[in-house]
Amino acid sequence: MTEPLIFELSNDERISYQIPALDVPAIAPEEVIDSAYLRKELNMPVLSERDTVMHFTRLSRLNYSVDSGFYPLGSCTMKYNPKINEDIARLPGFARVHPKQPAATIQGIMEVHKLLSDSLAELTAMDAMTLQPAAGAQGELTGLLVMAAYHKKKGNTHKNKIIIPDSGHGTNPASVSMAGFEVLNVESDEDGCVDMEKLKKVIGPEVAGIMLTNPNTLGLFEKHAKELSETLHSVDALLYYDGANFNAIMGWARPGDMGFDIVHLNVHKTLSTPHGGGGPGAGPVGVKAHLAEFLPVPRIKEENGKLAFSSSDKLSLGSVVASNGNFLVLLKALAYIVQNGGDGLKHSSACAVLNANYMMEKLKAYYHLPYDRLCKHEFVITSENLADYGVKTLDVAKRLLDYGFHAPTVYFPLIVPEAMMIEPTETETRGTLDSFIEAMIKIAEEAKTNPDLLKEAPHNTPVRRLDETTAARKPDINWYKRPE
Amino acid sequence: MAHYVPHTPDEIREMLQVLGMVSLEDLYSDIPESCRLKRPLKLEKGITEIETLNFFKKLAAKNKTVDDCICFLGAGAYDHIIPAAIDHLLLRGDFFTAYTPYQAEVSQGTLQAIYEFQSLISSLAGLDQANASLYEGGSAIVEACLMASRKTRRKKILVADTVNPDYLRVVRSICETSGLEIVAVKTKSGKASLEDFVPSLDSTVAAVVLQYPNFYGQVEKIKDFADKAKEAGTLTIISANPIALAMLEAPGHMGADIVVGEGQPLGINLSFGGPYLGYIAATKHLLRQMPGRIAGKTVDVDGKTGYVLTLQAREQHIRRERAGSNICSNQALMALNATIYMTLMGKHGLKEVANQCFQKAHYLYNELKKQGKVTLPCSQAFFHEFVAVIPNAAKVMEQMLEKGFFAGVLLEEFNPALKDHVLIAVTEKRTKEELDLYVKTLGGILK
Amino acid sequence: MKYAETHEWAKKEGNLFVVGVTEFAASELGDVTYVELPEVGDKFEQTETFGTIESVKTVSSLHLPVGGEIVEVNEEIEDNPGLVNEDAEGAGWLCKVKPTNPADYDKLMDKAAYDKSTQE
Repeated sequence: MTEPLIFELSNDERISYQIPALDVPAIAPEEVIDSAYLRKELNMPVLSERDTVMHFTRLSRLNYSVDSGFYPLGSCTMKYNPKINEDIARLPGFARVHPKQPAATIQGIMEVHKLLSDSLAELTAMDAMTLQPAAGAQGELTGLLVMAAYHKKKGNTHKNKIIIPDSGHGTNPASVSMAGFEVLNVESDEDGCVDMEKLKKVIGPEVAGIMLTNPNTLGLFEKHAKELSETLHSVDALLYYDGANFNAIMGWARPGDMGFDIVHLNVHKTLSTPHGGGGPGAGPVGVKAHLAEFLPVPRIKEENGKLAFSSSDKLSLGSVVASNGNFLVLLKALAYIVQNGGDGLKHSSACAVLNANYMMEKLKAYYHLPYDRLCKHEFVITSENLADYGVKTLDVAKRLLDYGFHAPTVYFPLIVPEAMMIEPTETETRGTLDSFIEAMIKIAEEAKTNPDLLKEAPHNTPVRRLDETTAARKPDINWYKRPE
Repeated sequence: MAHYVPHTPDEIREMLQVLGMVSLEDLYSDIPESCRLKRPLKLEKGITEIETLNFFKKLAAKNKTVDDCICFLGAGAYDHIIPAAIDHLLLRGDFFTAYTPYQAEVSQGTLQAIYEFQSLISSLAGLDQANASLYEGGSAIVEACLMASRKTRRKKILVADTVNPDYLRVVRSICETSGLEIVAVKTKSGKASLEDFVPSLDSTVAAVVLQYPNFYGQVEKIKDFADKAKEAGTLTIISANPIALAMLEAPGHMGADIVVGEGQPLGINLSFGGPYLGYIAATKHLLRQMPGRIAGKTVDVDGKTGYVLTLQAREQHIRRERAGSNICSNQALMALNATIYMTLMGKHGLKEVANQCFQKAHYLYNELKKQGKVTLPCSQAFFHEFVAVIPNAAKVMEQMLEKGFFAGVLLEEFNPALKDHVLIAVTEKRTKEELDLYVKTLGGILK
Repeated sequence: MKYAETHEWAKKEGNLFVVGVTEFAASELGDVTYVELPEVGDKFEQTETFGTIESVKTVSSLHLPVGGEIVEVNEEIEDNPGLVNEDAEGAGWLCKVKPTNPADYDKLMDKAAYDKSTQE
């Protein structure tokens, strides 16, 4: 059944809002505000509370989520989100605090900032952190703004290029453009790692830095990390660590020890703050000591044994959001760290890697595995072996929905045709992994015996394959202004 | 430790066996020795759920909340009444533990809610379309400036200095590195005047940016600016408080091309500044320049109504370095929060909230005026926030805090020239009793 | 009509050239959802990017096969981008160019050479 829109459920008379009656003498707004600036008409639906709750509850039931099933979306780290974190984020002492309150009334919040900054610095081997970026992509941008500020201070005006491996996330090149740099693409070698020979050819004085995901989007550890850092540093370029895949190595290896200068983490991935249907996340950024002065303000600092938010850094890049970050999201990340402890985080990473390798091993007889080597927290297989039956990766993904699983990330990374990127995370039982493996094997069989079953999938989801072409050609994106 | 890893030791052993391994260490044999961490992390040992909760309760107890003190703070975040149903719905795991709706067939709830959000925001702004959300109010202006620059192929942006200084700092930090020239236009008496803009407003200007109501609460005459900008082929960007738009004429109806803003007033908790909600709406001519996700209505193979992420070829995962923005994740759950709020309040409720904000702010203003102990330098054409000059403001604010008030935001922290200037915000949540007590307490301190 | 290796075609029309994408390119792209066209008066060199063409999940740059000034764009494409799929080398034309150097045309491939290049 299709759930009507709130606009279709609206009844102008069914008023249900509850605001106490106005208890001060009223003035006529036009006495003080030019009447041309007073609103004449407001299109808004009117629903009862009962209908509203029913509507959104029904909508929620049309979603697939981590709470309802296995969600092996590669590079997104869809691990279980502990419920206690939600309770902590709803403590009034955190949720009911205004960002402009006097310092004396937010001492606990400052402690959260300090504790989380210190914990993330230890996890990544960085010296200073900012918690301000609102998402991973904004963390990337922040890191690039740090690079820009660094090179500006050093008078490196000729440095305008950032190297990005072809396996990188789309946000990397987009962030580079946004920060006013140019992208220099470098291909991967046959092992799926950065091709050092090709990289050395493009290295030059105009290179400002590199952005690298490690393990990369193929789930492979970039084994040349150390060599890379020496090569880049030799031309005064900086190394940026994209933390999208940090869940693989917590407690086992640290970007700072590999030679990276700047790191961002996606706390909604690695540190289990929920994804919220596409946000809010948070993308804290860490830097080595020599870059600390460029970080966004305000920064949490200890002055005379007291914590304070300070904006005194003259060389700071400024701010990337108006407040001081997505505080409640950051709070949940700290709760996850505190609850797991150092040993718990390390064990979590190891089990994430164990699960990925276990699944890769079990699936490689049924799907094409382009890089057959030890993977980290995720791996990439393809449907290339099913191409003869007219089956594509999209069909496999859609058929998985019929089996009650979320599909892996598909068609990414771009360097592997028909890619399926599978990331199981550490929070799934072996039973769950086995049942997903079983479904994948069954689908590979169906591809051969009854390919139409895949090509027409999904069959039993709330809706079936949608007409994306018409949606893009004649966009219907606003109820009040629908196309004719 | 690792409370959320379900594997038993036996299972781990068996799974390692499948891989021909004996220990978890073996899984890291591909990491060169020189890159490995050879000591335990210097973090505390893991603790249980109840210990974690108690740990954070202690930290939370060190903060004062807007329930402990009567709140007159604003400057971009406001203490409004939040209906109880919102949080109950947000806590449904099917909303908050899902991700970006990449697989539309199993994400119809999120997608339909985004479509509803886009429609509501478009309506408030008085424009053709909105996206699925941006991070927050500051970076939303950045996206708008970049859009305007792409569309006009111009690099200069004029920003009124009556825009929230926190936003202006973000705009400068990002846009200037991006290659745009940001010119802050000085204004007098807390309101932008067209004469100050005219000398700089020529065919090199991509956009003018104004806030509505502005940082000091004043209702800017945005139509005059939009008309003038149009003559120069310049776009008009308005940063607007969405609650105010239930009372003030929609910027889209006054000539604005892009409307952005901070969505926190739409039922989102104060949360020490985040997560909040950036929104953006624009005219249809700017559709291709819109950043971020957009949900569209369509049909499935059986002809059934459904929703998809559409116009994706604008975005970073396809366009990479040629994308207009790097945004990937947005603030989907906060957009849902705002959508539920607007639905629960409805047209009449939003108007009532806006009217009560306005009425109560003006009541307080008039009472302070009558009392005559503070100076009120700005005009009465304000929505729900105004400036008062209070002798020894910093000290007085401390004394007010002791009496149980978050009495206002000191503007000196934003601009040293504004010593003793205090920004006072009033929402529908304040009662006459609280307002009278504010005047009385302040009067007592200032005697 | 002659063809560029970047999959655009050019056809002489008086002293102008009509420009579009090839049928091969249109079928490779799938359902075209949007074409970003240049503005009349814009000038480009041969092979320079003059716009982009989008399908649901890809975007490609358009390279001008003959350098010059854009004198007309096919406005019908804006309302009906599907025209590129229906008739890529006819009604789905994209723009008309006043050439800076008409000899650019001679550097393009003929049909046989282009067809051969797409089969490789």
